[in-house]
Amino acid sequence: MSLEEHAMSATADLMTPRVFRVRRKIRELRDVFTLVLEPSGPTEFSFAAGQFNMLYVFGVGEVPISLSGDPGQTQILVHTIRSVGAVTRAINKLKRGDAVGVRGPFGSQWPFEKAFGRDVIIVTGGLGIAPLRPAVHQLLAQRESFGKVSLLYGARTPNDILFQKEIERWRGRLDLEVEATVDSAPPGWRGNVGVVTTLIPRAQFDPATVIAFVCGPEVMMRFSVLELEKCGVSKERIFISMERNMKCAIGFCGHCQFGAAFLCKDGPIIALDRVQTWFGKREI
Amino acid sequence: MTTEDFKLALIESPFFRGMQPRHIHELATQAISERFPAGEFIFREGEDAQKFYLIREGRVTLEVLAPDRGVSIVQTISSGDVLGWSWLFPPHRWHFDARAVEPVQTLTVDAHWLRGWIEADHDFGYEMMKRIAHVMVSRLQATRLQLTDVYGA
Repeated sequence: MSLEEHAMSATADLMTPRVFRVRRKIRELRDVFTLVLEPSGPTEFSFAAGQFNMLYVFGVGEVPISLSGDPGQTQILVHTIRSVGAVTRAINKLKRGDAVGVRGPFGSQWPFEKAFGRDVIIVTGGLGIAPLRPAVHQLLAQRESFGKVSLLYGARTPNDILFQKEIERWRGRLDLEVEATVDSAPPGWRGNVGVVTTLIPRAQFDPATVIAFVCGPEVMMRFSVLELEKCGVSKERIFISMERNMKCAIGFCGHCQFGAAFLCKDGPIIALDRVQTWFGKREI
Repeated sequence: MTTEDFKLALIESPFFRGMQPRHIHELATQAISERFPAGEFIFREGEDAQKFYLIREGRVTLEVLAPDRGVSIVQTISSGDVLGWSWLFPPHRWHFDARAVEPVQTLTVDAHWLRGWIEADHDFGYEMMKRIAHVMVSRLQATRLQLTDVYGA
């Protein structure tokens, strides 16, 4: 096989979905569900925290969805999805045993190698906690390798808090600081009310060395970054999860271009200092 | 609590951090400690704002009653935070209900005395106004972000 043929064959592999079957579907919120997939054959699937898959509903279309499960589990794939468009609505209609095409995993991962020995602060909001859940699993699996770990999570209302039971479990750990806040709440709510950025100055971390993982709606990330910088965290230690229109997922089509970066392969996890020129710019 | 205890509490609070020792001393001599059990209102909307509160322990909700929607919690204030600024600006009436959601301990100063000192000692007054302005700006920015409903699907 020539080098060219080899390259074409490798690309074809990346573009060809593997068939997985729905093992389980968990309704998380009114419009958010978690899909547990298993391979059709005896295949294992490994991924790194922060990566995503392209999920293909045959006859409908393909969407990029972050992996939200435990990277230590190689027998199943877990994705948490908001039902908003034609493909995600079609995914929501799938039943146990139905087939889904899967390409991946693609993209970059949360930079654990930079975080070893340091404090880690995770700032997330809404569905943004889904791509960070594998990172929390990994941080907890290697807990002794890091300093203080803080998870700050914001949601719209108490009913919109994703993975509520898991967050409660994490909150019960002595080696993890977990704070959740909501934008508004009815009487009787005993937790925090206010935007997630208000939790940042209260968190326990060393601003001179901490590594920050930030994921959520872009406006939330912009303000979280401002708050982190106000606390003394420098840009090169802030990592954000950026999303754009990922189509091929292998850096060929250019749909997900963000400045000089192709977010499907240079991202979705990217250091803020790499994209700061474009981050927050309108129409980019 | 003694004056020394109050001094320490003031020095350790983010709000008063870096304030001149003579100002801290003067405040400490006027401070009292108050406790509010969970569920108790610290103040109600429309009441005279005659106290300055610094939360030392616990969490307080700021609540507002909308006739068509009932009571909503608009913000929570926790340990180290200043609870409100209506005591500083006429007509000195609270704009929200403040309720302890867990046992709360405050460092409290009489607002009438504090306003008098702010007028009499402009060095202290300027420091206080800067700090209150910082709290107001932070809360305004947070409220603006809250209003954008960033998580709305």
